[in-house]
Formats: sequence, structure tokens, C-alpha cells
Amino acid sequence: MEQDDRPTEERPVDRRTFVTQTILAACAGAPILLLGGVIRLPVLNGVQEGEASEAYDPTGHYYGMGVDIDKCIGCGRCVEACKTENDVPRDAHHFNTWVERYVINGEDEVTVDSPNGGIEGFPPTMAEKEIRRTFFVPKLCNHCANPPCVQVCPVGATFQTRDGVVLVDEDYCIGCRYCIQACPYGARWFHPTKHVAQKCTFCYHRITQGLLPACVEACPTGARVFGEIEHRATPLARFTRMNEIQVLKPYLNTKPKVYYANLDGEVR
Amino acid sequence: MPQQVSRLALLFAVGVAVLIGARLVLVPKTFGQFGHYRGAAVDSIAARPIKYASHQVCAGCHEEVHEKREEGNHRGVACEVCHGAQSAHVADPTGIKPPAPRDRGFCPLCHQYNPSRPTGFPQIDPVTHNPLTPCIRCHDPHAPVPPRTPSECGACHGQIARQKVASRHVDLRCTTCHGVPEQHKITPQAVRPTKPSDRKFCGKCHAPDAVPPAEVLYPRGMVRMIPAVAREIPRVDIDTHGGRYLCWQCHYPHYPEK
Repeated sequence: MEQDDRPTEERPVDRRTFVTQTILAACAGAPILLLGGVIRLPVLNGVQEGEASEAYDPTGHYYGMGVDIDKCIGCGRCVEACKTENDVPRDAHHFNTWVERYVINGEDEVTVDSPNGGIEGFPPTMAEKEIRRTFFVPKLCNHCANPPCVQVCPVGATFQTRDGVVLVDEDYCIGCRYCIQACPYGARWFHPTKHVAQKCTFCYHRITQGLLPACVEACPTGARVFGEIEHRATPLARFTRMNEIQVLKPYLNTKPKVYYANLDGEVR
Repeated sequence: MPQQVSRLALLFAVGVAVLIGARLVLVPKTFGQFGHYRGAAVDSIAARPIKYASHQVCAGCHEEVHEKREEGNHRGVACEVCHGAQSAHVADPTGIKPPAPRDRGFCPLCHQYNPSRPTGFPQIDPVTHNPLTPCIRCHDPHAPVPPRTPSECGACHGQIARQKVASRHVDLRCTTCHGVPEQHKITPQAVRPTKPSDRKFCGKCHAPDAVPPAEVLYPRGMVRMIPAVAREIPRVDIDTHGGRYLCWQCHYPHYPEK
């Protein structure tokens, strides 16, 4: 092997030294990167924007809804209230909440319909003698504890608040509609003029002020119950305790927070 | 330090600076405040305008109506179900007045008969139930009560009621022959009215020496007996007439032949 007899300073860096030094430098640089991520919150954000309201503490709440199928009369007042409260376009394709009619005939064939969400009522479908059983099922976003729509959002525009409500950030949504595809309950829709994904907010602007969601306020028979899941002394806790509770599509492990009582096995 | 290393370090530093700079510009201020989302979005969603003022707010001014409603059958029906979203009226009580649906089209949204509705929920057929009469003429929407028997029976048993008014039994109340438990008005399928079970029941009027009950002799609240009524009642020998058949197996009590 040829001996390199030049002084050490003039000797070119051999491969081993180069690799070692590069790795060392990278290790030294990494904390800066990590630091960048950590200090971003307090320093790089500048002035933080305040909470929704001084009195409201989202960490002290965890919301859910109960729906009693035996009480729903299919009047569509919840759909009307929701469209009014949340400025939902008044056409037959966009709903935060809607009412479905299940009709099961003598041959056990299931027909499900929801003419205009049920907002104008339900015209008769088949002769009454052919009907074996029939009922209404109000539907809305289930505000899943394990929401697939939030998982798939590529930009973090849909999220779960600390009080358990799944919301869409209208200003940040890029309108890719991936969440609409991901929702197994069909609860999301695409706003025709804003071009962003939209959904039920549990009327977040109302519940943070201590009011009930518009659909619950408008339900004339008390078929909808809204409240805290984790506090024992609430109407919802009583509802879940007194009724046999089912959720929609439990096998998907989405952990819905809309609880149905007296739900027929045919409901999907 | 070898030149290459210092150059690399410089390049690295520039890269890190560009990255931090890009994050500063591109990532919204409050992103990551509570999670992988813009914290400020929660505030802007919470700040949306409220349209339904809620019935507690209504009760603040309309105390009388509120108390009446709280005690009636519409106690669970919030004001804005019928009167519409009224936060504008709350902001300007004199300028903006809430609408009140007074026509027949509104009440059937809930009360029109629909087989999908739960059993026992009060339902009518708007075609036959007092046609063309506004609902509020008979029912107070703030505290609705079903009209008392017998007119109440006709609301559901319209066909029978229409036959009965054209028959000789016009002045008999439904309750003359049927025992109607209060609960029948609430859960009509579960609690059914009673029916007469033997010939002796018809014999109370139609036996040769029977003295008909007062409500038959003094129909429609009359104070003087109409002699013709008692005289015109067909009399038969209850024990032998019709052989082994019960009265209503040959005669239809809601429309007995003349």
C-alpha cells in the first residue's frame, strides 16, 4: 500500500472521516430542527388567539346525542331547524340532519326513503295492508370518537374538538372531498358555492353558549336528547341508562356518540 | 476544519433556516394549539350567529303563554317549532313579529295520519276531520286538548259517526253502549273500549216494559221528555226474539234499520 507522506493538513479527507464528520454534523443539527418544531408554538406563533368565550371551558365537556326511534313522528321540524340555523342550502341534496322512513313489507323487503330529508313530511308509499312494520329514523353526524373523516383529511381541516365535536375548518379545507368518501354514515356534503366540506356541528355555536342544538330545540316529541356523556346527572346519561342503546355500524369501530334507543335491526 | 465540512454545515444551516421560514409563513398561527388543526377555527365556528333563540328566552317576556304551554299537551313543543326561528324578534321585539301558522296546512305536519308514526300519537285524516275548519277553532295550540266524548270518537271513528248521525241512534252517545277508558285516548290500540256482551244490554231500551235511560229520553240536553221518543222505540221480547242470535248479529247498532 502506498504511503501518503504529505503533512496531515494537506491530506484529502478520506471516506471514513467524511462520513463520520457528516453524521456528527447531522446529529448536531437535528436538535435545531426538533427545536424548531417545539418552539413553534409559543415563539413562532406570535400572539395566540383567545378561546371561544371566557366562561366556556371545552375540557369540562364531552357531548353526545340520544335519539329515541319510538318518539320520532317524522315531522321534519329538526331538518327545518337545522337548515335555518346553519344556513344549509335549501335543496334536496344537502343535509346536516335528515329523517329516513323505513318500511318493511310482508316479504321482509326493506324500503328506505327520505323525500327532501323529510322536511315536508312523508307521502304514503304502499297500501297499509302490505306493511309489516314502519318507523322513522333521524340521522345526523355521529361525531365518532374515532372519526374516519378526521384521519383522512390531508391538511388537518377537519378535527375533533376537546369537547368531542367533529368540526370542519371552512377557511382551511381544500375541498378534496376525501372526508365525504370516508364517512360511513353519509353525514358529510360538499357546499355548492363555498366549495368546502360541510357537516353537522352539534350547533357548536349554540352549545358553547349553553343552548341546545337547533334540532333538539325544535323536536316536538323529545325524540332527541342532547348532553354530556361523561357526567352522570344529565338527560343523556339518564337516556342511555334507561334505554337499550345501539349505535349505527358498530363493527366499523368508529365509536359513534349518537345513541339510538328502540332501534330496529334493519336500520343501517 | 476542512473546507468541505464547513461548506456542508453552511448548506445545512441554510436548509434549516428555509424550513423554519417556510413553516412560519405557511402554517397558520394557531395550528397545533390543541391538536392537528387550526385552533382559531374553533372560535370562528363558535362565533356563528344564533337563529333559534330557545324557548327559555321566549318565556322571559311571554310568561302567560309559557305557563299555559308548560301545563298543556304541547309542553314539550318549543315556541319556535311553530313560530319559526326568532332571534331577530328577540333583538327587535317591536319591529319584527313572529309568524303564527293559522291555516290547516301546518298542524298536519305532525298530526296527519301516517302509519310510520308511533302508535298513540294523536293523528287525524285532514280530508275527513272537520274539513275546511281551521284547527285553532277547536284546539288551542298552546294547550291543546282532545275534545270530549262523543265528538272525540268521531275524530277517529269518522265512518261510524257519520252513519250514526243518519240513524235512529243519533241521540245515543258512544259512551251509552261503550265504556271508554281515559287511556284509550292516549294509547288507542293498547286500551280498547268495551262493547255490550249480551241481549240484556239492548233490552234496557227495547224490552217491552223497559224504561230507557235518561240520556235517551232527554237527548241533546233537553229538559222535557219527548213522548214520541219513548213511544217510537221498537219493543221486542228480548228473551225469544231472534232465537239463538245476539242482537248485533242481525242489527247493526250504529245504523239500525228503521
